[in-house]
Amino acid sequence: MAYTTLQPQAGGFLSRLGFGNKARKKPAAAEEMKRVQFTSPVLPYLFLFPQLAVIIIFFYWPSVQALSSSFYIEDPFGFGSTFVGLSNYTDVIFSSEYQSIALFTAVFTLLVTFLSLSIGLLLAVKADRIIRGASTYKTLLIAIYAIAAPVSGLIGMMIFDQHVGPFVKMMSFFGWHMQVGLNYYDTAFAMTVVAVWKQIPYNFIFFLSGLQNVPVSVREAAMIDCRSGLRRFWTVILPLLAPTAFFLLTINVTYALFDTFGIIDVMVKDKPANNPVTLVYKVYADGFRGNDIGGSSAQSVILMIVVFVLTIFQFRFIERRVHYN
Amino acid sequence: MYRAKFSDHLILILGSLFLCMPVVVAFMTSTHTAADIHSNGLSLAWGDNFIATYEKVLTQKGGFTGDITGARMVMNSLILGIGFAVGKIVLSMMAAYAIVYFRFPMATLSFWVIFTTLLLPLEVRIMPSYQVMSDLGLLNTYTGLIVPLLASATGTFYFRQFFKSVPEELLEAARIDGAGPFKFFIDILVPISRTMIAAIFIIMFVYGWNQYLWPMMMTTDESFFTLMRGIKSILQVWVGSNIPDYNEAFALAVLAMLPPVAIVVIFQSWFIKGLTESDK
Repeated sequence: MAYTTLQPQAGGFLSRLGFGNKARKKPAAAEEMKRVQFTSPVLPYLFLFPQLAVIIIFFYWPSVQALSSSFYIEDPFGFGSTFVGLSNYTDVIFSSEYQSIALFTAVFTLLVTFLSLSIGLLLAVKADRIIRGASTYKTLLIAIYAIAAPVSGLIGMMIFDQHVGPFVKMMSFFGWHMQVGLNYYDTAFAMTVVAVWKQIPYNFIFFLSGLQNVPVSVREAAMIDCRSGLRRFWTVILPLLAPTAFFLLTINVTYALFDTFGIIDVMVKDKPANNPVTLVYKVYADGFRGNDIGGSSAQSVILMIVVFVLTIFQFRFIERRVHYN
Repeated sequence: MYRAKFSDHLILILGSLFLCMPVVVAFMTSTHTAADIHSNGLSLAWGDNFIATYEKVLTQKGGFTGDITGARMVMNSLILGIGFAVGKIVLSMMAAYAIVYFRFPMATLSFWVIFTTLLLPLEVRIMPSYQVMSDLGLLNTYTGLIVPLLASATGTFYFRQFFKSVPEELLEAARIDGAGPFKFFIDILVPISRTMIAAIFIIMFVYGWNQYLWPMMMTTDESFFTLMRGIKSILQVWVGSNIPDYNEAFALAVLAMLPPVAIVVIFQSWFIKGLTESDK
């Protein structure tokens, strides 16, 4: 057990201060605790109050509302609502439009995650090897990271613009006449490129800092044991990077599912009809523009479940990482 | 020692080119006139319309009501970015202080109540959040723009991690010297958290400045538009126009990315430290 050493050492000095009897805690709770703490009937609540108030009003209240309104159909003119049980869910799940959007979201998420992780890793490995200039690359890439999703969507839209886009012009030499915004697959391609572009720097930063944490002694030992650079990478470096990679995996999936909203909204320009969109965009479009509160809430709840499963996955990984260390 | 090969540099250079080129193109193109861009395409060369374009974007009144300028949008984005970062730091430092340094019955419960917010990003509960805001009459207010974004535990967790790493001896010594909870917090804990506060400020400022979906839903009154919201409306004007104002759109994009990029590049060591060491 990795955390047993963190357990408070009860007795001695502490019991003399009067903390001893309370300092003995279960290991899981002990990790949260300091050995020495204040006790006060009011103060901790005073300190917690602002954060808790904001969370209850703007997190729990809307979440509960999403859950409850997913079981109702709201009257379009605001005259009450009717309980319909699970029919919002079944309507959503069995609609072919929803299914195709879900399929696109899955493919998009897989592609974006895979491409941005692998390119980020490749660049990080290369930057880790060079001694001079690594910080220049880091600066360049971190600058890209700070750009907002809708801004990168706008830039991407220009690069893929019908009239002025350089990429479109370049591709027309090869006989590919891209019509981003009109052709489903061309738009999907452009979206994926922009989404990957935006996420590479993040992965790069994490992989590079992971690589630089690999101890010199391990590297030197690996150098002696194994001549082939590629094999050294697969057998020594990559396993050491595994925790970083797992962490990034969930971050990237979350990114592709949710944070790409800005890119997609800018690139489809309010015309989602023939264009690929993700599930989050659909929640927004149905609820905010289509005024289908019940359906949109049901979709929200479905997404909540997806996120929940992802989080559980991440926790299992964190647990595993504790064992590694 | 491993010696960097030519191919290593080549891959890095190509990679950085792929990543940086679009930004350079966006900036350079913004210095040309719209007609020029329409006939010659995007450009890598410096045009001579830089001052005219940016002056127009910053000062010309646009939008449907005609009273929103680029400068106003920059100000709104700043209010959102700074307000969000400061609010986040104050709320989460206080909450983390209570959780780490106090022993009280509801500690575990409060911890989980805050922790659960990490499970659901704002995007999945966007509609009900909007309804709550409209019930509270907070649409088109700065409060409505900033406060709901604070309902997440990220900051609390950064500070909790940090406070847990603060040596115990500090509190023991402070108690022996007779410091109470307030004095310890303000005179000792806040000063030693300086670097952490700076790192979180940068991360949160960039996050707030770059918000898109929430400002888009919350603000219909143009005097509350942020730059991100402005990008959306400049695109809506495009539909149906013959020669879109490419230069103005690019200039707006450059304005929108300049502050976060500048801050992150200048303070990059803090930024990376804040990002990678706290592990969310």
